[in-house]
This record gives sequence, C-alpha cells and structure tokens, in this order.
Amino acid sequence: MNADVPVLELRGITKRFPNVVANESVDLDLRRGEIHALLGENGAGKSTLMNIVYGLYAPDEGEVLVRGKPVRIDSPRAAIELGIGMVHQHFMLIPVMTVAENIVLATEPTRGGVLLDTGAAARRVEELSRTFSFAIDPNTRVHDITVGQQQRVEILKALYRNADILILDEPTAVLTPQEAQELFAILGTLRREGISIIFISHKLNEVLEIADRVTVLRRGKKIETLRREGATEASLARLMVGREVLLRVDKQPAVPGEPLLKVDGLRVLDDRGLEAVKGVSFEVKAGEMVGIAGVDGNGQSELIDALTGLRRSAGGTVHLGDRPLQTASVRTILDSGVGHIPEDRHLRGLVLDFSLAENLALHEYRDPPDSRFGWLFPRSLVARARRLLKEFDVRGGEPQTLASSLSGGNQQKVVIAREVSRDPSVLIAAQPTRGLDVGAIEFVHRRLVEQRDAGKGVLLLSLEIEEILSLSDRVLVMYEGELVAELPPDVPEEELGIAMAGGGRQEEAA
Amino acid sequence: MEEGAIPSVAARLALYQRAGGVITPLLTVLFAFFVGGLVVLVTTGKNPLHTYQAIFNGTGLNWFFPWVTCSDPCTPATNLQYTLLLATPLMLTGLAVAFAFRCGLFNIGGQGQYLVGAVAAVMIGSSFADLSRWSHVALAVVVAAFAGAAWAGIAGFLKATVGAHEVITTIMLNWIAIWIATYLFEIGGPLQDPKQTGVPISETVAESAKLPVFWGDPLFQGLHVGLFIALGALVSYWIVLNRTTVGYEVRAVGFNPEAARYGGISVARSYVLAMAISGLFAGLAGAVDVLGWEYRLGVLDIQISQVGFIGIAVALLGRNTAVGVFFSAILFGALLNGTSTRNLDPEVFRPELASSLTLIIQGLVVLLVGADVLVIYLWQARRKLGLGRKRASVTT
Ligand SMILES: Nc1ncnc2c1ncn2[C@@H]1O[C@H](COP(=O)(O)OP(=O)(O)OP(=O)(O)O)[C@@H](O)[C@H]1O
Ligand SMILES: [Mg+2]
Repeated sequence: MNADVPVLELRGITKRFPNVVANESVDLDLRRGEIHALLGENGAGKSTLMNIVYGLYAPDEGEVLVRGKPVRIDSPRAAIELGIGMVHQHFMLIPVMTVAENIVLATEPTRGGVLLDTGAAARRVEELSRTFSFAIDPNTRVHDITVGQQQRVEILKALYRNADILILDEPTAVLTPQEAQELFAILGTLRREGISIIFISHKLNEVLEIADRVTVLRRGKKIETLRREGATEASLARLMVGREVLLRVDKQPAVPGEPLLKVDGLRVLDDRGLEAVKGVSFEVKAGEMVGIAGVDGNGQSELIDALTGLRRSAGGTVHLGDRPLQTASVRTILDSGVGHIPEDRHLRGLVLDFSLAENLALHEYRDPPDSRFGWLFPRSLVARARRLLKEFDVRGGEPQTLASSLSGGNQQKVVIAREVSRDPSVLIAAQPTRGLDVGAIEFVHRRLVEQRDAGKGVLLLSLEIEEILSLSDRVLVMYEGELVAELPPDVPEEELGIAMAGGGRQEEAA
Repeated sequence: MEEGAIPSVAARLALYQRAGGVITPLLTVLFAFFVGGLVVLVTTGKNPLHTYQAIFNGTGLNWFFPWVTCSDPCTPATNLQYTLLLATPLMLTGLAVAFAFRCGLFNIGGQGQYLVGAVAAVMIGSSFADLSRWSHVALAVVVAAFAGAAWAGIAGFLKATVGAHEVITTIMLNWIAIWIATYLFEIGGPLQDPKQTGVPISETVAESAKLPVFWGDPLFQGLHVGLFIALGALVSYWIVLNRTTVGYEVRAVGFNPEAARYGGISVARSYVLAMAISGLFAGLAGAVDVLGWEYRLGVLDIQISQVGFIGIAVALLGRNTAVGVFFSAILFGALLNGTSTRNLDPEVFRPELASSLTLIIQGLVVLLVGADVLVIYLWQARRKLGLGRKRASVTT
C-alpha cells in the first residue's frame, strides 16, 4: 500500500441535530502510525465526528475514505470490518465474565462451528497482550481489575478484531495520572506497530506529550490541523476557545473564618463491609478551600458519601456549624446548606431521561416557587433553567432538552450550575472538572474561588494533583483511609506525590 | 434524515424510537391481527377478513360509521355500550400497571388489587342501605380505592423495607386476594348471600350504591357513569405524574434511583407511594365493575376474572401514557366483546375458538410489546454505556 495515502480521511463531513449543527464540513486525515489528537471545547462535535467514523451516526453530507477508498460505514460492524476500533469513555464490558470472554464476545472463535473455543481465544489474547506489553491476565474476571486495566481490555478488544485504526474518546478522563502514563506507553508501542490512533482529550499537556498532530474543532468547524512541534498549551487553548485562556488560577490568599464543617474521627465502611475511612478528622473553615489529594480508591469516595448522607457512617461525628449531621438524611444535609458535585454525573449527577429544567430542579422542586402544596409549576422550572443555562454557558440545550443529548462536558456544567446556584455554605466538589474543556475549567475554577471568597467553605476532591495544588488553600492527603499529611499548596508536586503513595506517614510520625 | 444520506443502524433505531410513540403499537396490533387471521384460516378454513368483519360488528365500533350497513342482528349502540363497559375497568387496571412502571416497578398485582377493591365495594354497597344515593356510592368507591391502595402498598412496603421484589410479592398477593374472596363468598362463607344459601355469591349491592346508567338499558348492561370515573383517572394520572412533586419523585426514581437519592428524594417512600397509587386505580376498577353492572361477586367470577391481567397488556401497548392506555383499553374491550359468544355467529366461528382468538391476540400483543420494550431497553443500555445518544425531545 502506498504510504502517503491516509489510512482514514474525512471530507466535508456535516452532521445536524435538531438544535445544533454538530459538525460542519469537517476535513480530517489520519496517517499510518500517527497519534492524532482531536481537541475542542465541550460540544464542539468531537464525539459526534468519531461516532460517524464508527458507524453510529450517519453524516448528512460528506464522505469517509479508508485507505484511499470511499466507504459507507452504516454500523459499528461495518467499521470493525474496515479495521476501525473505538473505545468509548464508558466501557462496555460484562463484569462477571473473564477478560478473554469479553474480548471474544462479538467474534467468537468456534470449534466445529458451535462451541465457543475459549482456550484458543485466551491464547490469542495472551499473545496480543504480550506483543503490546499490556500486562493483563486473560482469565481474570473484569470486576476484579482496575479501571485502567478495563480500558486496556477495551483496546485489546479492538486489536483482537484486527483494528489498525483506533479511536479513543477521552480515555484519560477516567484514569489516575499514573494510569494515564501507562496508557501512553501502550499507545507508543501501538504507534510503532503501525497502528493509527485518534485521541480525544481536554488535557493539553497530554496532547502535547503524545500526539504527532493536533486537529482543533470549534463549534462544529475545523479550525486547524497543526504539528505538535511548536504548539504550546496556551496556543492550543487559544485555538480551541478563540480567546486567551487563563491556565493558572488567579486568586487572592484566603481569609479563613469560623470552622464550618467539622469532621471528627469519622469511620465509614465500603460496600464489602471493610473499613474504607479509618477515623478521619478535619475542618473546613469559612472562606477556605481544602483539597483532598490521593490516589483513587483510598477512601475518598466513601468519605464524601458519608458527609453527604448517601452512606451511613460507622462512627465519629460530622458537624455543620453546631448542627450534628452524622446520622442526618440526604435531604436534611442538603437543606442545612451543603452542596455536592458528585464524582459521577451519569450515576448520580443527572437523571439522563429528565429534561434540563427538571434536572436543574433536582433539589428545589419541592420548595416555592417550583411547587406549592405538592403542585409543581413547570414554568418556574423552565425559568430557572433558562437563567442557569445562560449563566453557566451550557451549549446545545434548551430547558426542554433531555440531559442525555448534551455533550459530556455540558452535562457536567449542568450539575455545577445546579449545585453552585444553590449557594451552599459548604460545597463539596468531587472531580468538578472531569471532562471539561480548558475554557470551562477556567470558569468552574473561578466559580469555586468565588464561593470561597464569599465566605463559604469548599471541600475539593480531585485526582489531578495540579488542580488540587492550584486551587486549595490547604491540602490533605488521604492514603488507605487515613489523612496522612497536611501540606501547604506551594509544596512541590513530587513531595505531594510521595505523600499520596503513603510516604507521608513517617513524616507525620517524625 | 436528509435525502441521500445512509441511515445508520443507530439512526434507524433512533427514528424508530421517535416515531415509535404511535407507530410501534399500531404495527404490533396489526401484526397480532395478521397472525390471528392465519390461525382463523388454518383452524376454520374461512376467510379471516369475514371473521374480523363479524368481530368488528360485534364490538359496536361500527356505531361511529352509521353509513356502513351491517347484517342482522345489528345493534351497534348496545354493542358499543358493552364494549365501553368492558373497557372502563381495563383503563383503570392499565393505569395501575402504568403508574408503577413509571417508578421502575412492575406491578403484576393488578388482579389482586382489583379483587380487593371489588370485595370492599360489594361489602359497603350491600350494607348501609339507608344512606342517600350519592353518599353511598361515594363511600363505596372511596373505600374500594383505599382497599386497593393498601393491598398494593403491602408490596411497596416490602420492596422499600426488605427489598422483596415486587413481581414476586404482587403475584403472591394476587393469590391471597383470590382465595380470601373465595372464602368470603363460597357456600357457608361469612359473607355469602343468606337469601340464596345454595349459590356461592355475595349479597347484592343496594339501589342507593349503584352507579347510574346514562346510556342504554339500565337492566340490560347499559353504560354506567363509571366510564367517567375512568376518564377522570386518566386525566389524574397525567396530572399527578407531570404536575405534582410526587410525580416528579416517582419519575426520577423510575429513571435513576441513585440520582434521585442523591437529590434528597426518599426512594423507599416513592416505592410505597407509587404502589399505593397503582393499587388505588385497580381498586377503583373493582368498584366500577361491582357498582356499575355486576352488583354482586360470585366465586366463579372471582376465579376466572382476568381484568387485572389484561391491564398489563393495556399498559404495555399504551406505553404507560394516559392517551395510550385509553386507546388500548378500548381495543381490548372491543376484542373481548367482539369475540364473545353472544356476538359471534357460530356459523362464522365456533364459540370455543372465538374466545381463544382474543387470548391469541392478547398474548401476541404482550409478546410483541415485550419484544419492543426489550429492543428499547437494550438500546438504552447501550446508550447508558456511552454509545449513541437519545433524541432531544421530551416524552411525558
Ligand atoms: N443525539 C443527539 N441529539 C441532539 N443533539 C446532540 C446529540 N448528540 C450530540 N448532540 C449535540 O451535538 C453537539 C456536539 O456534541 P458532541 O458530543 O460531539 O461534543 P463533544 O465535542 O464530544 O463534547 P464534550 O467534550 O463535552 O464531550 C452538542 O451541542 C450536543 O448537544
Ligand atoms: Mg464527547
């Protein structure tokens, strides 16, 4: 095959949805063995474009060429046959099945045509996993492996079906920084093997780290395709958003006041009944932002669940001002002035089948003016939605739009709009900028700092070291269910990293 | 879809789903009739179209097309009255299934709730004979509705407290209701009619508790005002779901219980309430049947009644919307009436076969609607896992 022909080429792709033009004559070419990053604001049309390539949407105009030949991709099956594989942000694995079983699910090798030949499948998976140094045992069950490994299974699944074009939609949004590094190593190997990769991300440093070329979309249109060399975070951000973006949070030193949230000796059990939070004590003062850093799975989620009433605590106390909240219901906690941006917007943050107006009223629907004596006034819900969607720059949706049809980042903005607009005295923000573009991150960061400056307490939980350090006034490090260190925000990243890996314990003992 | 574009599988499914509001149920019904027609052809060797014509004449729906003549005996008004008489309780038991469904619960217990309502209505209706007409009716209707609500509430309560699955508990409650009612009215039973000791039947409802007949012969199954109770229930169903905080909570829990809990909604309370409201509709169905035209409950009726079960098909076909439930209740009412032996000429169709035809069509509808729900369910599961997105319109 001619090496100059792009393996994948899109010409003049246009896709219209009822309210928006998601893609407007977009051109794109993917060369053999390159990592091509796709950048763009939330709702710019990245996922839509890739869903077209994978046969999930039909374009209204334009054509797709694979290895120089025009093709019609009308289903994922057709895409797979053309050697295109896609890993979605949310995985599609069956937890109770083994890695090998999951991988062969769609293309079972059969023995004599009927029986599933899992032995052969497992061998093939092992071989692939060795070639690309994936370090995955094909016989473990999916529910026993980490998110990062599940993602590798998804990639293996595509390779198993002989994909040589791999599309990854925000693969690092669900990974810890360490896992992201491991993923990049794998992508490097794949590139060397001649596999072409399209990589969607909002994290500019990642794009600069691994991409060969970058294509920027803005509001459905292609702005530019440029080489990595010479690009900077600031220049990419400007291309995406169309204006200068503050990549660093700009804020005044905190003026902490009275303690608002007081947690003392809190113990929480996880789903298996094991102690996930082991006697944690801390305070969040008025006018202060406290960050909780830690590697995922060290009890942060359980801690937040307990603080917000979603999980019973096994001991210890929680006070908001003088009010004890350790046994209170979710409703009481919300009403007494706690706001909560949940970690997972699909699991908890949104009712995807509700309209945006209904979602934005999730806490307040039962109070006037939304309702009186049990009567709901949809007009009031819509009025609120109209105001908040504008204020928080949510794109692609009207008050009546279903939450499920918004782009991922815009869904997150809806959650943030709801929680911040309630003006809670303590705001618990878990991964508030997950899946947001740089412009939106800037916006959310500013809103969080504004809350702080207005004398509220903010408890920030994030897996991103950079986000924690740039926003927090104090950093608490959580490791194996305990707070092992308290650090100032100007601590070097490496030192925080060491504390997160459990190295903080000795320090405290010293 | 713009011309020239190739609809992908996803686009086709999305289109199907968007249009599916009206089109799929219609296709489902057409297909069921088609298969039913094949059965007619194979078993009787007669032209299915003629059979369907005869059934249609039996439903009374030709009353709406007075210019079309029909052969003797042709009594469209009487037939239509009877069709609506049968459709009335079906609207209510359909709502009983639909409401729970909107909260994510599958209420198989409509039959039991209907019976409990009917028993309550017959008990109140045959006592308090000195009450004035409307207060007697109102008392019987209200008590029956609450009895149904309490009965279904048990399943909701078990779900909310110990997590017992509502499908299992409602089925069990059905059998309990059937056998309690049988015990009450069987010969020698505590509430059996003392005036006719040889018949396993309840006492007759007093005149003051009967629902007035507003169309047709009050002595020969004319149409009673229970129809308006059912129509009112359909409107209330829509209002409760879309215009009250309870409805908001029920729908939130039905779509995503975890998000509802995060939002401060008590999921347990919603389960109990949703089941109770469902039972209320089914209890009303029992009341309108007893007070409207049956006037008494016999053990045989109790054992063979299907009103609650057909409600499941009504709700499925009506896609849990008020308008859908209305039309599918009329369809099933018409089918039951049109194929009943009193309407079908034995020449056209042997009586034993006739009623089986209803069952065949009913079964096919449930099967096909079930398949349709399954397709949509799989599609949504796919979407939840992040593959495609759903349309941007609002469905309620
Ligand atoms: N099925 C759909 N129906 C209606 N509108 C849709 C649908 N899918 C996407 N959109 C709209 O198309 C636009 C592009 O969405 P897309 O998901 O491609 O954005 P994205 O670039 O992936 O954004 P993000 O970074 O937030 O994930 C958005 O305005 C979105 O609301
Ligand atoms: Mg996206």
